[in-house]
Amino acid sequence: MLAFLVSAIRLGMTFLFGSTGETITEKSGHLNLGIPGVMCVGASCGCFAEYLYLSAARKSVVPFLAVLIPILATVLGGAVMGLIYCFLTVTLRANQNVTGLALTTFGVGVSDFMIAKTGAIYSRGTRYFTASLPFADDLGWFGELFLSHGILIYLAIVIALVSSFVLTKTRIGLNLRAVGENPATADAAGINVARYRYVSTCIGCGIAGLGGLSFIMDYLHGNWEYCIDAIGWLAIALVIFTVWKPNLGIVGSLVFGALYIASSFITGVSFASKELFKMLPYVVTIVVLIFTSIRDKKENQPPAHLGLNYFREER
Amino acid sequence: MANKVAIELKNVTKAFGGKFANHNVNMTVNRGEILSILGENGSGKTTLMNMIAGIYFPDSGQIFIDGQEVVIRSPKDAFDHKIGMIHQHFKLVDVFSATENIILGLRDEKKYNLKEAAEKVLAISHQYGFDIDPNKKIHEMSVSEKQTVEIIKVLYRGADILILDEPTAVLTPQETQKLFAVLRRMRESGKSIIIITHKLHEVMALSDRVAVLRKGESVGTVITAETNESELTELMVGQKVSLNIERSEPQNPEDRLVVTGLNCTDRDGVKLLNNVSFTARSGEILGIAGIAGSGQRELLEAIAGLQHVDQGEMIYNNPKTGAQDNLRDKTPLQIRELGVRLSFVPEDRLGMGLVGNMDIVDNMMLRSYRRGKSIFLERKAPKDLALRIIEDLQVVTPSEATPVRRLSGGNIQKVLVGREIAAAPTVLMAAYPVRGLDIGASYTIYNLLNEQKKKGVAVIFVGEDLDVLLELCDRIMVIGSGSVTGIVDGRTATKEQIGLLMTKTSKEEADHQ
Repeated sequence: MLAFLVSAIRLGMTFLFGSTGETITEKSGHLNLGIPGVMCVGASCGCFAEYLYLSAARKSVVPFLAVLIPILATVLGGAVMGLIYCFLTVTLRANQNVTGLALTTFGVGVSDFMIAKTGAIYSRGTRYFTASLPFADDLGWFGELFLSHGILIYLAIVIALVSSFVLTKTRIGLNLRAVGENPATADAAGINVARYRYVSTCIGCGIAGLGGLSFIMDYLHGNWEYCIDAIGWLAIALVIFTVWKPNLGIVGSLVFGALYIASSFITGVSFASKELFKMLPYVVTIVVLIFTSIRDKKENQPPAHLGLNYFREER
Repeated sequence: MANKVAIELKNVTKAFGGKFANHNVNMTVNRGEILSILGENGSGKTTLMNMIAGIYFPDSGQIFIDGQEVVIRSPKDAFDHKIGMIHQHFKLVDVFSATENIILGLRDEKKYNLKEAAEKVLAISHQYGFDIDPNKKIHEMSVSEKQTVEIIKVLYRGADILILDEPTAVLTPQETQKLFAVLRRMRESGKSIIIITHKLHEVMALSDRVAVLRKGESVGTVITAETNESELTELMVGQKVSLNIERSEPQNPEDRLVVTGLNCTDRDGVKLLNNVSFTARSGEILGIAGIAGSGQRELLEAIAGLQHVDQGEMIYNNPKTGAQDNLRDKTPLQIRELGVRLSFVPEDRLGMGLVGNMDIVDNMMLRSYRRGKSIFLERKAPKDLALRIIEDLQVVTPSEATPVRRLSGGNIQKVLVGREIAAAPTVLMAAYPVRGLDIGASYTIYNLLNEQKKKGVAVIFVGEDLDVLLELCDRIMVIGSGSVTGIVDGRTATKEQIGLLMTKTSKEEADHQ
């Protein structure tokens, strides 16, 4: 049971990065379906940076740098993807869905190419990411459950909480939400809609990229697997599941993590039905969608202008 | 305080596409006064106000504030000069609270504190006698509450020149009285208020002076106490212009469509149509006049089965069978099959009748695809029809395969009206069919309607130009705020008479005057 919960936390926090990033993006009115691609690119940038650093440092590896450099590279990689997305949708006014899906295809391909090309092994770097507090082992189940995780897990929670605070309690958050709800109103109030969309999407993609890094370095211990995009789709589903609230995302991601891996911890489940179990997060998302639609509470609906581009002249 | 000029416009001119929306307009507003701006549809009232509020930039002319010439390039500039405009369409975020909407986009140095902001909102509402809950979400609010939020938003930013664009159009009489009380209190505290309205009795009741615009030019400013409604109407509509549209006597008119007690409300519970009753006769053109948005569109949509009817009957006398059908119980398709045709030309021409990206033939097919027998589309008949319309109505188009959005406005209109006429209707409804058309194209449309009239069709024509209505229509029904305020004979009525009827809100209110 304990192993199950610990696993659920570690996988769940991977989702959390993605969903927090996507929530920030969606609050600006951008439906970014490129998140799976963003996570792939982020992860491959991070892994590649880690590989380069470890190769260059050889014996004198500074653990702090071994964590910081990949994180920065990941955020940068994700943000560049966000920049591409914004350039296409805001500046060139391309359709958001098409752009997002194209980014996913592009991102998955590019990262696979990068990994295949370098042929590097990343398991060397993984210990820096999974390093936990030294006294965690002494505290029994409590330590294992709450303190045994690597830095990224805690980072995910901190980012989610900070995002939640910024979105609901600050002027920037208010302005951002206004941009996603009603860009014409925001524009009339003197808010630079394009800038808010650019910045929030790039930040959101940067954060989402960390989800990819966390998945590879923490959850898979450095084994590159070609299924980050599945994690990305789940992260997008998680945004809906948490009704666009990053703080709810912490709980939601745990539920998703648990559901996703449940099959592996239940004995006697055939390989085929394992795949069925993996659908559970999507099923609960649909249930949540039905539930929020029935209750029809305006606060639990997606931003009103989600997926719609804004240009002032077209009124 | 009084008589000090707050804002002065000198020879302000603005043209859109070569057509003057405002031409050498002069106007002054004093501190501590309420100025009404009166004018027909399209007389340039809103354009003029938008220039003060920084939405448009004047082509020429000067704006002075407190005697200083200013340049207002954006809404922010307007705010810096303490000018705030409350638009007809509210700019509010639905899921935000009143306070959140009010402080949205503000960039003062103070810390973000919703509580303090809410207190300030309350203080403002106490000062002027508003009634508002700062924490209520916009989507839970009534129209009048939303308007209050808009006004406080402007006051919160420190505006002392307020522009209200038809604020009473969406309000009930009680809410209007409340708003007026607030506006009077603002006047007492030295603020300047400019209010655009069509309703003469409101002008008389509220304002100190009235500026009248006609076809983009200022025709004069009068002191309210020294004028009366009929003088204002005369200023507003001007002299009658002769257009020489042909008008034949109706031949054997029969009651074709009898509408009684029609009531409609929109989703927010606002009354769109209030007890509308009239009869459309065959071989006659019934004109519908009214300020834009008084319910004309809803009335036509209700007849066509596109608008939910709360109450009322629409009896259609079928000329072929002699049967009486209540259109209320019918689907839009059944109504169309009966021969009731709507050639609706809404604000954006392509919105409701034609599909812009499809060619003329395909647009013909939109009405005929049900007649096809095989599983494949039959393009022969629609193509013939398209060619016939192009030929008969002289539609200027490279070919029948050109997407209609590439055609000019007049030609699009011809295609739309032509298609509806081709179905040999018994009732033909046309809303603003000549909007945006040049003279030649307009006359083509008038002739089309006249031909239909001669064929015994009951034509319902919603128009905005009173001169046209008076020359084209046999009878003119005037609508004000969703109610019929009068039905007059097109041959004997005068512009003043119709203008006066247009500005009444309902019969009862008209009787009170």
